[in-house]
Amino acid sequence: MDTLAILQSYWWLLIAVLGAALVFLLFVQGGQSMLMCRFSDDERQLMANSLGRKWEFTYTTLVVFGGAFFASFPLFYSTSFGGAYWLWMLILLSFVLQAVSYEFRRKKGNIYGTRVYDGFLMFNGLFGCVLLGVAVGTLFFGGAFTVTRTNILDAGSPVISQWAPTHGLEAIACWKNLLLGFAVFFLARTMAAMYFINNIGGDKDFTARMRRKVLVNGLSFAVLFVTFLVVLMLQPGYRVVAGQTLSEPNIYLHNLLGMWWLALIMVLGVVAVLYAIFRSALDGSWRAGIWFGGFGAAAVVAVLFLIAGYGDTAYLPSTVDPESSLTIANSSSSLFTLRVMSWVSILVPFVLAYIAYTWYKMNNTPLTGQELKDDSHVY
Amino acid sequence: MNDLLSVVDWSRAQFALTAMYHWLFVPLTIGLSVIVAIMETIYVRTGQERWKGITKFWMTLFGINFACGVATGLILEFEFGTNWSNYSWFVGDIFGAPLAIEGLLAFFMEATFVAVMFFGWKKVSKRFHLLSTWLVALGVSLSALWILVANAWMQSPVGMEFDPAQMRNVMSDFGAVVLSPVAINKFFHAVFSGWALAGIFVIGVSSWLLLRKRNVSAARSSMLIGACVGLAGMLVTFMTGHGSAVEVARVQPMKLAAMEGVYNGSVGQDLTAFGILKPDAAATPDDPMMFAIDLPKGLSYMIYMHGDGFVPGINDLIAGRTINEAGDTVYGLSYADKREIGLAARQALRDYAEASKAGDAAAMEAAAASVKENFEYFGYGYLDNPSDAVPPVGMTFYAFHIMVLTGGYLLLFLIVAAFASYRKSKLLERAWFLWLGMLSVAIVWVCSQSGWVLAEVGRQPWVIQDLMPTNAAISGIQASSVQLTFWIFAAIFTALLIAEISIMLRYINTASKSNIETHD
Repeated sequence: MDTLAILQSYWWLLIAVLGAALVFLLFVQGGQSMLMCRFSDDERQLMANSLGRKWEFTYTTLVVFGGAFFASFPLFYSTSFGGAYWLWMLILLSFVLQAVSYEFRRKKGNIYGTRVYDGFLMFNGLFGCVLLGVAVGTLFFGGAFTVTRTNILDAGSPVISQWAPTHGLEAIACWKNLLLGFAVFFLARTMAAMYFINNIGGDKDFTARMRRKVLVNGLSFAVLFVTFLVVLMLQPGYRVVAGQTLSEPNIYLHNLLGMWWLALIMVLGVVAVLYAIFRSALDGSWRAGIWFGGFGAAAVVAVLFLIAGYGDTAYLPSTVDPESSLTIANSSSSLFTLRVMSWVSILVPFVLAYIAYTWYKMNNTPLTGQELKDDSHVY
Repeated sequence: MNDLLSVVDWSRAQFALTAMYHWLFVPLTIGLSVIVAIMETIYVRTGQERWKGITKFWMTLFGINFACGVATGLILEFEFGTNWSNYSWFVGDIFGAPLAIEGLLAFFMEATFVAVMFFGWKKVSKRFHLLSTWLVALGVSLSALWILVANAWMQSPVGMEFDPAQMRNVMSDFGAVVLSPVAINKFFHAVFSGWALAGIFVIGVSSWLLLRKRNVSAARSSMLIGACVGLAGMLVTFMTGHGSAVEVARVQPMKLAAMEGVYNGSVGQDLTAFGILKPDAAATPDDPMMFAIDLPKGLSYMIYMHGDGFVPGINDLIAGRTINEAGDTVYGLSYADKREIGLAARQALRDYAEASKAGDAAAMEAAAASVKENFEYFGYGYLDNPSDAVPPVGMTFYAFHIMVLTGGYLLLFLIVAAFASYRKSKLLERAWFLWLGMLSVAIVWVCSQSGWVLAEVGRQPWVIQDLMPTNAAISGIQASSVQLTFWIFAAIFTALLIAEISIMLRYINTASKSNIETHD
């Protein structure tokens, strides 16, 4: 393997890790989707503030995910974002509404009222999760696009990446993508309930309700995800062999079996998630579900990204022109840029360390209603 | 072709909308984060509780504003892909890296420590809290650094070469990208203008408190800090503003000509301090102004530090005309010549693609050499006429002059405000001065926005100077789709801005009814 190929694999791994971190942090969105359920005002207040202290991590991870994708695989950025326009625009729209809602929701003079901002949070909770799941789904189930680099020489129609005129709406309507989308949604809700159990102290009744939510949402997730996995393992895809883009049935199954360590990580991840679901639901004093569930889910997501891109697999297959499909080799930045960025990525552990340190400092006691009453900055 | 133009126009409108809304909030975030950090430092060092109350008052306003900046920023980043797909591929290898570094090094710092700043008062030590507040300020400035490096690179592309096999530019010198003089000037100019803006904001709010005779001591203390930070910011903004003009003269002479409304340039070119362009200024190139106050030889002095330099006008640049030191008119490359070179580069690239398909290595090499030789003016090959390379002169001219005039006023105002609040002058009790303080808040935002209008409209038609015009940078989407998202975002941003201002005003009003200095 030459240096370029190693760095391409390294950056695809980083994209996978960022994607995994993003899905873990979607517990914020999962929690938001519960905000308008039947809770007392005090409970809702606790939930919103508990999430409000974490939402920026999810948001920032999404931004960094986008930035890292742009820097390392710019052809994906230009093809998928410019192509599946409506899919990405709806995702962005939901996150824009989220960004102001915590800060504004209970502030005097907010004009539209708390319920509207909670509605925005709910909107982001549902659509943010489902549509991000749909976007990841396109990495397997593809899109109707072509990439013709020489178009740039045509002044009348210079765009190199052309997508079907439905521009992403077709991806949202594809049941396979939606399967993953709703699996992500129920996973986020499951993790949110686990997070509340961990982060909100005091009320036994509230915690008991959350334990039930873990079970209901967790089982819904499990059913959807297993169905998705079966569909995925039956899905054909493209592999580049000696410069030729060849169709291959069950390609993701082959990748999983071919890279046994990925299969192992996936199994461990699934076991961790199931353990978190059942123990959170059954053990009334256990609060660590979010860590098992979160890291387990993250491991599974990382594996999904890796089997999408490794082994010369097309990670964004084109359904109309196989040669246009994106692989990590044909869509990446230059060796020089990947090298510069790789040096910068050495700082990642440092960033993770200070995030972990402040998270620990801020969370060593669960949030209570009393704390909200005493605090000057409340959402 | 018409649909293409329409997509370009709507995509530009959408990007301008997002960028301008983003820049309503960002400079306040940049400056206010520093002001709040200074206030908290005073609290920690003196141990006076009143400073904690004052810090928290401004910190709350910071938080309300911060959320809006974050919201609009996300869209900007993704719009490079959604609306400028070709651009993302053509220069993504260079442009993407600063964006990724920004996220990794700056955004996480902001997100992590902003949570400590707001919620950590009782959870972490005083010193760790103070450190967090300063790290937020640092994170905010760092995030500005990387996006400004990226923007500067578009105005003055350096540190890259073109790869004909992939039909894109690839980075060859990261240091040249980050340390380009345009980037350095732009960073200091934009970030310190944020200090100036936030300083004026603090002065304006404090003026209202003084006018209402509420929290007089907190308002006076705040005003002093706002005025000092604002003045420091404005001085650096002026210095780097001059530096920016010199850089513009070097790398974007057409922008300079347009911002001064110069059609036919001269040796010892006057600087128009204020003026009104004739509606058909291009038709009377020797006298394009309806009315003007000129500083003799001012523009030559500004660019060359002496009065005898030749500053080319729009027509000179199109014709490639210049006057050398001996006073002789000499001709270099005209825009028509550059267009021919650009067309030659495109043809060579076409030849390269065909040779590559045919597997003819010798022809590929020859074509690649020709691309390299002609690539400097690649973008001109997209223009129908040489005159298409002229930006909208009126908008560029007025944006520049509004920025300079309002900036000049604000500098004077800041000097007076700093002096008055330091000397505890009677001026702080004069209603007219306090009203002026509040009016200045509106003025500083006009000034700040004009700066970006100048920077971005003045470089048209280029999205990357000389290499890619805006209309070759777009995505393959329908104009109607972009039109729809434009209106959706326009409605949402406007609704959020209204809510933000309303919340801020309500907060200032209610919080100041009790003693801010005892707030906990």
